[in-house]
Amino acid sequence: MSISKRFLSFFIVCLMQIQIAHAALEIVITEGTNSARPVAVVPFKWLGTQPQPKDMTDFASVIADDLRNSGRFSPLERSLMPQTPATESAVDYAAWKETGVEAIVIGTIKPLQDGRLQIHFQLVNVLSGFKNQTPQKIDEQLVKNTDHIKLNLKGNFSTRRPRHISHRLSDYIFENLTGIRGAFLTRIAYVAINYDDKYPFKLLISDYDGMNQHVLFRSTEPVMSPSWDPTGKKLAYMSMEDKKHEIWIYDLVTQKRELIEPYKGSNILPVFSPDGSKLSMVLSKSGQADVYVYDLKTKKLDRLTKNRGIDTEASWAPDGKSIVFTSERGGRPQIYQINLESKKIKRLTFEGNANLNPSISPDGKNLVMVSLQKGKYSVTKQDLSDGYVQKLTNGRLDKSPSIAPNGSMVIYSTVVKGKQVLSLVSMDGRFKAVLPASDGEVKAPAWSPFLTSKKN
Amino acid sequence: MQLNKILKSLVIALPMLTLAACSSTTDSTTNDGVESSAQQTVSDTAVNGNTGSGSNVVVGSDTDVSIDPVENLTAEEVKKQVIDELRKRHVVYFGFDQQAVTAQYGELLQDHANFLIDNPAVKVLIEGHADERGTPGYNIALGERRADAVVKYLNNLGVSSSQISTVSYGEEKPVDTSHTDAAFAQNRRAVLVY
Repeated sequence: MSISKRFLSFFIVCLMQIQIAHAALEIVITEGTNSARPVAVVPFKWLGTQPQPKDMTDFASVIADDLRNSGRFSPLERSLMPQTPATESAVDYAAWKETGVEAIVIGTIKPLQDGRLQIHFQLVNVLSGFKNQTPQKIDEQLVKNTDHIKLNLKGNFSTRRPRHISHRLSDYIFENLTGIRGAFLTRIAYVAINYDDKYPFKLLISDYDGMNQHVLFRSTEPVMSPSWDPTGKKLAYMSMEDKKHEIWIYDLVTQKRELIEPYKGSNILPVFSPDGSKLSMVLSKSGQADVYVYDLKTKKLDRLTKNRGIDTEASWAPDGKSIVFTSERGGRPQIYQINLESKKIKRLTFEGNANLNPSISPDGKNLVMVSLQKGKYSVTKQDLSDGYVQKLTNGRLDKSPSIAPNGSMVIYSTVVKGKQVLSLVSMDGRFKAVLPASDGEVKAPAWSPFLTSKKN
Repeated sequence: MQLNKILKSLVIALPMLTLAACSSTTDSTTNDGVESSAQQTVSDTAVNGNTGSGSNVVVGSDTDVSIDPVENLTAEEVKKQVIDELRKRHVVYFGFDQQAVTAQYGELLQDHANFLIDNPAVKVLIEGHADERGTPGYNIALGERRADAVVKYLNNLGVSSSQISTVSYGEEKPVDTSHTDAAFAQNRRAVLVY
């Protein structure tokens, strides 16, 4: 079983040490779903000879938050748990069956000599566990079935980023329960603005849940449109620090940045291609905003659109074979798609007064965008096979949708109580949460790719 | 307030003052007094926008002796005052999702154009801005369109393209950050920056 290898590969993920900003975001659920599945994450038992350090991350609590934040699960309050077993053999299935939870997560933490922590955790299905208490007769033999133990994993972890350990465990649990890869060990990049600051414009990254916030860059002038490279180690963005548009690539590992030599006019909206070798961008060097592709290796620029109207907001299809973008070629802004081989352009949207800022979901099935209807801008989703459009949000100024790498959730910016904040909505539109900032305004969120490689 | 009247008054005042300065040879106390009064009059005009061009002329001609201090008011300074004046009327507002310069800004842009044509060495930066309705990626393109519309207007009035540059801020630098309709109207703008 290579699962322990996957477990360990977690360490390989290169993460940087940058000054921590204390103004964190925190997820507040505003619209839940009644289809959320009840589960329980039992506090992990400390197995050390010394008492558990008081400031140690509560792994079970972070996992429960992750599951709740997905909109698909409703973790049981600790006060309602009938017991807090540390191993599967100690589980009182009858008592857990009473609580109505579908599955429970249990675990232990053992401090190792080298300072790392050994975490052993199990995911157990309550109903089948209850049933399996009675040995089954198979081929004339009494066999105790253990298929109720869905996950049984042990791994040694550095304590440098304890919340990331929890997110990693949450990823395993989520994938086991839903069949969908978890995206809890991911990050978001965004722009925060506080006009009272000497440097009002900041580019930041944090974990997906707003914790572990780091300021990468602060400026007196606007910073726009961060975009992740496919490894999650670089960010491209536009900065006006020199009172003009400049596209920069920030390396999170070396903390150095590189300027893409600017062209005359606008140089905006860089987006990495799925293979990381190119950047799509919008330039106005020929007189008006057009979509270009810049090869990072050869530095060759390829013009994709030639149009008198505005062409902007380019975004790559997950297969890298086409680009979707906003264009005024038909009058009002609508979404178009260009095939990068044939260079053929087709219009994708026909509903609403205007449609803007498109991106395609990782499975290639849905278009997520901002739609103008009755004077309000909201995030919508269009099924690319049948054209069916679903409204995901109900705001007035919702914008900048960015899809989680597993396609389950969209992060976007909205205005709540007169302030621009980040919000989450599930891909089915039924679950919503806000990430209110403690000060200033927050916008332009970009969800990172998966930060661990998938090796089975 | 008519900017071109101020311009005219300065154009008249400056040579008179300079002329007077040439014919001067007197003691410093008088000089000081005249200096302050002359400067004050000119700058008052510029600041308050009083349109009585006669008063400037009186200030200059009244001093029949010794006004060398007014040589402080160089052509550069006059230009600076005009720029200061232009800076007070340097914003063109746009309708929602509109990128055309409306007729009400004709006079404002004419004043700027006159100044730029008279001072070919002066450069102006046109900033294009949008309100926050819509998306940042569209709005930054819209801001560019607005800046370009002002450039075209100035070009049509005879201003050389070499004197003008543009930059779009899109929705990123609002003057009013309150997310209201009133704020949006203030934020849809092109700004002429010297």
